[in-house]
Amino acid sequence: MTMHAHAPDSAPTFRAIPDRLTSPARNFLGSWEALLLLVAIAIFGANSLASPYFLDINNLSDATFNFTEKAIVALAMAFVVIAGEIDLSVGGIIAIASTAMGAAAQAGAGTAELVVVGLAVGAVCGLFNGLLVARIGLPSIVATIGTMSFYRGISYVVLGDKVYSAYPTDFAFFGQGYTWGVISFEFTSFVLLAILAGILLHRTTFGRAVRAIGNNPFAARFSGLRVERIRFIVFLMTGLAAGLASVMLTSRLGSTRPSIALGWELDIVTIVVLGGINIQGGAGTIPGVVIAALVMGLVTSGLGLLNVPGIIMSIVIGAMLICVIALPILLRRLLHKWRSA
Amino acid sequence: MAPLLQLRGISKFFPGVKALEGVELTLRPGRVTALIGENGAGKSTLVKILTGIYQPDAGEILIEGRKVHFDTPEAAQRARITAIHQETVLFDELSVAENIYLGHAPKNRFGLVNWAAIRARSMALLHSLDAPIKATMLLKNLSIAQRHLVAIARALSVDSNVVIMDEPTAALSHKEVEDLFRILARLKASGKAILFISHKFEELHRVADDYVVFRDGRTIGAGRMADATHGELVHMMVGREVDQVFPKAPATIGAAILSVKGYSHPTEFDNISFDLRKGEILGVYGLVGAGRSELCQSLFGMTHPSAGSVAIDGTFVSIRSAADAIKAGLVYVPEERGRHGAVLAMPIVENVTLGSLGAVSQRGFIRAAEEFKLARHYAQRFDLRASSLSQPVGTLSGGNQQKVVIGKWLATKPKVIFLDEPTKGIDIGSKSAVHAFMSELAGQGLAVLMISSELPEILGMADRVLVMKEGRMAGFFDREGLTAETLVQAATGNMGALR
Amino acid sequence: MDTPENTGPDELPRRFGPIASLVRRELLLVGAVLVLLALIAIRFPAFVTPANLASVFNDTSILIIMALGQAAVIITRSIDLSVAANVALTGMTVALLNAHVPELPLLLLVALAFLQGLVLGAVNGFLVWKVGIPSIVVTLGTLTIYRGLAFVLSGGAWINSFQFSAGFLGVPRAEFLHLPLLSWLAVAVVAATTLVFDRTSIGRAWFAVGGNPTAAVYAGIDAGRTRFLAFCFSGLLSGLCGYLWVSRYAVAYVDVASGFELDVIAACVIGGVSIAGGIGSVGGTVLGALFLGIIKNALPVVNVSPFAQMAISGAIIIAAVTLNTRAERKGGRIILRPQVAAIPAE
Repeated sequence: MTMHAHAPDSAPTFRAIPDRLTSPARNFLGSWEALLLLVAIAIFGANSLASPYFLDINNLSDATFNFTEKAIVALAMAFVVIAGEIDLSVGGIIAIASTAMGAAAQAGAGTAELVVVGLAVGAVCGLFNGLLVARIGLPSIVATIGTMSFYRGISYVVLGDKVYSAYPTDFAFFGQGYTWGVISFEFTSFVLLAILAGILLHRTTFGRAVRAIGNNPFAARFSGLRVERIRFIVFLMTGLAAGLASVMLTSRLGSTRPSIALGWELDIVTIVVLGGINIQGGAGTIPGVVIAALVMGLVTSGLGLLNVPGIIMSIVIGAMLICVIALPILLRRLLHKWRSA
Repeated sequence: MAPLLQLRGISKFFPGVKALEGVELTLRPGRVTALIGENGAGKSTLVKILTGIYQPDAGEILIEGRKVHFDTPEAAQRARITAIHQETVLFDELSVAENIYLGHAPKNRFGLVNWAAIRARSMALLHSLDAPIKATMLLKNLSIAQRHLVAIARALSVDSNVVIMDEPTAALSHKEVEDLFRILARLKASGKAILFISHKFEELHRVADDYVVFRDGRTIGAGRMADATHGELVHMMVGREVDQVFPKAPATIGAAILSVKGYSHPTEFDNISFDLRKGEILGVYGLVGAGRSELCQSLFGMTHPSAGSVAIDGTFVSIRSAADAIKAGLVYVPEERGRHGAVLAMPIVENVTLGSLGAVSQRGFIRAAEEFKLARHYAQRFDLRASSLSQPVGTLSGGNQQKVVIGKWLATKPKVIFLDEPTKGIDIGSKSAVHAFMSELAGQGLAVLMISSELPEILGMADRVLVMKEGRMAGFFDREGLTAETLVQAATGNMGALR
Repeated sequence: MDTPENTGPDELPRRFGPIASLVRRELLLVGAVLVLLALIAIRFPAFVTPANLASVFNDTSILIIMALGQAAVIITRSIDLSVAANVALTGMTVALLNAHVPELPLLLLVALAFLQGLVLGAVNGFLVWKVGIPSIVVTLGTLTIYRGLAFVLSGGAWINSFQFSAGFLGVPRAEFLHLPLLSWLAVAVVAATTLVFDRTSIGRAWFAVGGNPTAAVYAGIDAGRTRFLAFCFSGLLSGLCGYLWVSRYAVAYVDVASGFELDVIAACVIGGVSIAGGIGSVGGTVLGALFLGIIKNALPVVNVSPFAQMAISGAIIIAAVTLNTRAERKGGRIILRPQVAAIPAE
């Protein structure tokens, strides 16, 4: 039989391998986030040209309301998507949590209890999703389509065509209150949570594990990562975030209908994908999601100032979703062709 | 005789790798051409070019003297080229018959798929292969050897002029190989040109008329099999004088670290018992699909056994997950590097520390400086070739990827390391680095288990060899006086006495 | 369907052909449907009279047709969330044409519905195939775009029953052999889809691409083109349903069939179509749709608030997918040969 030859035995001298070739700052310049930031600035500029009211500080502050709740859920959804999963039930969770708060308010619960109820129901729903996906091993897209109907369905069972609107007056703070001057409570929470999410994703072993699982769940499992546990936690986080969004939205609207936050999952997934998070998992950053949320907020508030109907806005958002994903792919392909030619 | 198929100056480049550089190949009707080369010499790339899965970057393909282009696998099929691929690429959820005829199903006069014809023809094909497989069975219910037979039947179901067989015998038993050779003779007699790839020289000498030798993506030699001696072929294949060069240093073998007794799984392996001792390299040999990887993955906690016990350092352990295994000091370097070993899209540094995140972090926060320090340590130790530690692992060559993966496991400070085909598909330089390194690990008192399908590697590196056949132990041998023949016989089942 | 008898007496699968593996699951579903009907019949025997069952079937026809299109897409490991938006847009187009140009022949309108549905499906398929965007993202985007375009077309206005021509509303209701034409259409689509799934190259390619994309490439199948055609198929059937929906409910507005994509996907999942691709059958999908249809129609009969329907279908989806996942789970590779050798001794 054959024997392999041995490479010459001259011990190769180690060539020092640098940690990085490009500095993080230069990396940023060529990144998706930088491009998004430019888009955001452009839209901001266009908005301020299009409407004289846009730059008004109170308007700017109010404009944050219509996207912070979605943006907060998007922060958690980013973890789910990076881990290679998806959670379509967030709109349903917001509805069921809001319904639970409405029922609690009718039973005479105070503001603190309402917040606890909202968060707890969100957490329980997230827990259930996590159980289905991580424990039973269901594909998350179907499992959460199921729970999305299930959660909202319970709201319909409880409420039918009725409305809960008897909320305590100080409950309004979470959706309508301001922390400093014109800075709303919602916006403050979003900024704090974004910082928290950024640290969690980019600086901790948990974030690293989420990314590894999304890239290659097999290799992650072979590396000793507790894949199921981490999947479970990201769904729990998303449930909790949806619970918080429900508290804010309910407080802002002051009422609960079973159709509350209908279709939000699409907007939230759009923010996440627009933020450069790979829908197939493994890659993405929190700054990207934050800027994408800003872009979405600016587009909707800008179109709102121009009295564009909501449904046209959704065309714009749908087209934006497809274009921002298609463009880099097509550009890369064009570049490749041009280079090889 | 006029050549049926000719390749001229075919080159294929992948990022960072020249897979093929100006290779030449001629296939003639009624003749079997052996394609000889080490793993990574470019054989499989050539097969993929011939079947239209890859397109060459340079060179031309001629069929009966006419230039052709295979833009798609369909085009190659239309040019009447068929192949049995190394990995069986079939469909679990479809029936055997449909697996054989998918893509070229017989149609009735309305253009609809004719199931009766598919069934009749696939039954006839399987019968001619002497394969005891029902055409109506679902593929997922077949064993690995049976799947190989289906793959062979699929290749024969097309009336082709050129038949490529990429290691068709790797998973077959002695009897099945004989059946295949009968078919081969029949194909030859009917005037087909056959390209036969195998690592088993005795097979090549038996069936091949001509040979082509590849080394590092180039054509090194070609000629008539009858004119070449075994030694000459091997010389061409490895490029230098053949010698015992495996650097297995004599090591002091100590007490058993890992003891496995009566270890069983419902479908994958049965009643496996062995001891793995300090400082020892235990080779595990067998045909592809003999259950070797499955055994090691189960010991590593990826699947759960139905019976048996495992002890590490004399204490019984229950390993239910990879995390448990790593904690117990047992690690597994998987065979499928890209799928199970490395996270290709992530940088080198993050891959190296993925198994030992606890060591480079504090209260869950990763400390970048320590992470890079750890990665740098292993990069240095393995002489890793990379432009920076932040380079994605997927952009490295196979050998360098393997260095990263092994580094990841060593970073967990194991007592027992399982290496599953550690040198599969990597270049010869990295290969001997991996061998030297394995020897060094054993010398430092680690217990090493190495799965390998390469006899020289097993014979050169292992202190003892466990042979598996169809999920069961088929022999246990000491290094002294062990020959390749003994191992092959045990693995293909002609040594009933050993059971 | 092709079901020749096996020659070997010892063979387990009695049926030959592509859906042999699904027979047992279909039987289970038939059982589930029968149990469901029996449970309702105990309290409300009127529900299971032939006339009522026929009307339940008629009511479920659109779901059946769309679920078959969706099944093709899911079998190729993709998903089409835009089907209901396709219904809204196509329905709005034919409704507007009928309302404003009543002299256009119905056949032309139906052909147009097919064509427009096909184009909308092709747009999805093209983006998935040629641009390489994951199908969930593509159809999430086109779902809002298509529905938005329905608004652009109509300006948000409703088209009500009095604006439609008699033929437009009447033809699907016309009875033939005691069944409305709508039901017969569903039957025809079921038959045609069976033919496509089981007896055509493209149908088999859908299963191959979803089951093992790599192996499909080796078998000479263009995975992208195959997926594209699945989206076209789904779009085509959705387009037809655009007309059928508007005609059946005699009204067209932007929010027509809103959220119906989930019912469609639910029917597939209940019917045993695996979201991981490569597994599914016409019979299962039809049964899945019927199961949902029966529940929907039975709720008012058994005095459950119609508001409960959503929660119930959600719970059924979760239960069905749990059962399917359990059934699909593999026990590991088969390496051990049984001790009593399957292979005759040499």
